[in-house]
Amino acid sequence: MTIDIIAAAIRIATPLLFAALGGLLSERSGVFAVGLEGMMLAGAFAAIIGASATGSALGGIALAIVGGAIIATAVAVIAVRYRADNMVTGLAANILALGLTSYLLRVIAGGGAPASIHLDPLASWPIPYLSDIPTIGPLLFDQPPLTYLAVIGCVLMSLFLRRTQAGLTLTATGENPEAVFASGSSPMRVRMIAIITGGAIAGLGGAVLSLQQVGTFTDGMTGGRGYLALASLIVGRWTPWGAAIACLAFGAAEALELRMQTFGVPVSSYIVQMVPYLIALAVLAGIGRSSRMPASIGQPLPR
Amino acid sequence: MTSLLEMRGIVRCFGPLRANDGIDLTVEAGHILGLLGENGSGKSTLMKVLFGMLPPDAGTIAFRGRPLAGHHPREAMEAGIAMIHQHFMLVEAMTVTENVMLGWPDAGRILKRGEVAERVRETSRRFGLDLDPHVPIAGLSLGRRQRVEILKAILRKADLLILDEPTSNLAPPEVADLLSILRRLKSEGKGIVFISHKLPEVLEVCDDVVVLRAGRVTGRAPVAGASRAQLAEMMVGRDITAPHALTPREPGPSRVVARELSAAGLSPLSFEIRGGEILGVAGVDGNGQLELVDAIAGLNRARGGTLVLDGNDITHASVAARVAAGMAYMPADRGHRALVRDMTVAENLMLRDSRREPYARGWLLDAAGRTRSARRLMADYDIRAAGPGAITARLSGGNQQKVVIARELDRSPAVLVAHQAAWGLDPGATRFVLDRVIGLRDAGAAVLYVSSELEEVLAISDRIAVMSGGAFVAIVRRADADLRQIGLWMAGRAA
Repeated sequence: MTIDIIAAAIRIATPLLFAALGGLLSERSGVFAVGLEGMMLAGAFAAIIGASATGSALGGIALAIVGGAIIATAVAVIAVRYRADNMVTGLAANILALGLTSYLLRVIAGGGAPASIHLDPLASWPIPYLSDIPTIGPLLFDQPPLTYLAVIGCVLMSLFLRRTQAGLTLTATGENPEAVFASGSSPMRVRMIAIITGGAIAGLGGAVLSLQQVGTFTDGMTGGRGYLALASLIVGRWTPWGAAIACLAFGAAEALELRMQTFGVPVSSYIVQMVPYLIALAVLAGIGRSSRMPASIGQPLPR
Repeated sequence: MTSLLEMRGIVRCFGPLRANDGIDLTVEAGHILGLLGENGSGKSTLMKVLFGMLPPDAGTIAFRGRPLAGHHPREAMEAGIAMIHQHFMLVEAMTVTENVMLGWPDAGRILKRGEVAERVRETSRRFGLDLDPHVPIAGLSLGRRQRVEILKAILRKADLLILDEPTSNLAPPEVADLLSILRRLKSEGKGIVFISHKLPEVLEVCDDVVVLRAGRVTGRAPVAGASRAQLAEMMVGRDITAPHALTPREPGPSRVVARELSAAGLSPLSFEIRGGEILGVAGVDGNGQLELVDAIAGLNRARGGTLVLDGNDITHASVAARVAAGMAYMPADRGHRALVRDMTVAENLMLRDSRREPYARGWLLDAAGRTRSARRLMADYDIRAAGPGAITARLSGGNQQKVVIARELDRSPAVLVAHQAAWGLDPGATRFVLDRVIGLRDAGAAVLYVSSELEEVLAISDRIAVMSGGAFVAIVRRADADLRQIGLWMAGRAA
């Protein structure tokens, strides 16, 4: 039973982690990542379209990256270039993505009904030898490809932020864009690139949902996971590993909730679903001056 | 031999305003050039043009004989120009080393943290900067932060350093340290542009001085032969260095009495201010001044002790009750706390009194009364704006402060609490503000004048309190003030 819950937690956490890593880039650069939900949804849709059109999962993954990046480009241009409010822009992007994917799904079918595309979910890739370890082998080392990619992404993100000039510039942009300008870089460019790259990564999270886990796309299938990713980013204190742990914790909470329903525990599932957001609110409320929240987040660039 | 920097005929306009109107400027290696001028005289614009933050409309720049045109800050830095802004361009959440690495090609695309930290340590030792590479900026004093900027410039092998109002946030001992660091840089052959409107420092450290007024050069001279009065006259077109007329007068009875007054960020304080007296508070910013003025104004709740105004205990009185008792307050942050920037001049003038005549009639605001009153105050206090309907944010800093003064002083208050009242103002506007404060004193009010500009405090105070670490270290009469001793007190060293 515990094994089941861990397996389910990893499964649930994977799309969240991609989205959280994408959101991390955006928020570290100083722009609230409210549009994650829309970027994930666009990625989920594009992944199915790409995979069915090219007949290859790689085609789906590539198009998921593009799909997430397109929504992110809209956010980047409006929120950074034209200095619009981050929250409004992000929410608008989410609504845009929901409408656009639902519409396109019907356009593809030609009639009024949504297209029904069904593919096989991605098969797992057992890692030789490691997957033979009793208990933890099948649990950790017999995963579908995008799950491994999420872990690799977390490692790379961590190295990028701590070890590279570009990562330092990114963090500095979220703290004090004027200092970045004075040091010879363009904070506007940094923010645009960060948001668009972040959107591409969040698009991969959408691909995990549609391509890797169920093999089809349905309207609004992200179902609030973008917001959950945002919450784990905050709970994880804007660090890749912190976000990963938060995603796993939220995944475990959700897995537990499913089991509780199965076993007829008399707690409403809605209450359990609230838990991640309550944790995020508590963390936000506890953020004082000593927080790691990027200092200039949400503030438009000075002209 | 070519000069380090030659700027010729620089013109830069903002709409109809010619902020730089044909300026020539030459800087030699191993020289410190003072660039003097009032706010709005074009100093900052000229330096932004040089550093590539603003393109000029006309004119040429040659650095080490090579033309510099259409450049951005990055090219200026690569050429060997470093700019140390008045507001430091540092990331507070990052360490000294991280700030040095930011945007620095030598730090590598993959950061060489250890190597850079070692160079920070070594350079800091060589120039006497006393900086720990691993401390976050947030934990450093303003003087130290400035040294981080200087360190960045040195490590980037800058040959020309531009310092914009470098002493405005420093305590006197820190200023002395800065000047000696600048002399050391000069002896290593660096060229330095020292932008300031403070004459004594310019005279002390600079070799030559160029004076700007209204976008043009109005004077250039070697410091050796220049007098303070001459330079001031070049700056503002009239002599404003005459000392303030603080006519000695016998102060009246005590109007403000604080006994063991304590509040967040304040140690228990006891002091009195008598009618017709100015109590100046000197100290480095951030030593409890804000907490003190807020405590008196009623914004920082008292935790203990008493505060009495004209015999009434106002220790726990609301802000409105204090205002009714005759308190006036000029906060330091005028853009946010004294004014609503996006409202009109007339609206800002009525803020405190909007329920009373002439601003209101019964429940309704009286627009005509407001305009009439605003016109009168604008004339009385020389507020230069397009009209009562002008948006306050569009006014210059000096005129914004005049709006605050008009509002606070026209009510003939019993007590004025003024915090950094002349901050960021040019000498002409400073003069106006200080004269008005002195006028209020002469009319019998008690004044608490808090400023980190020691010279200003000395100029207008009857008594001077020195603040450090949330407490008064000492209170001395102006006649007994010893500048060096006050400097030491400000730096937090006990007598």
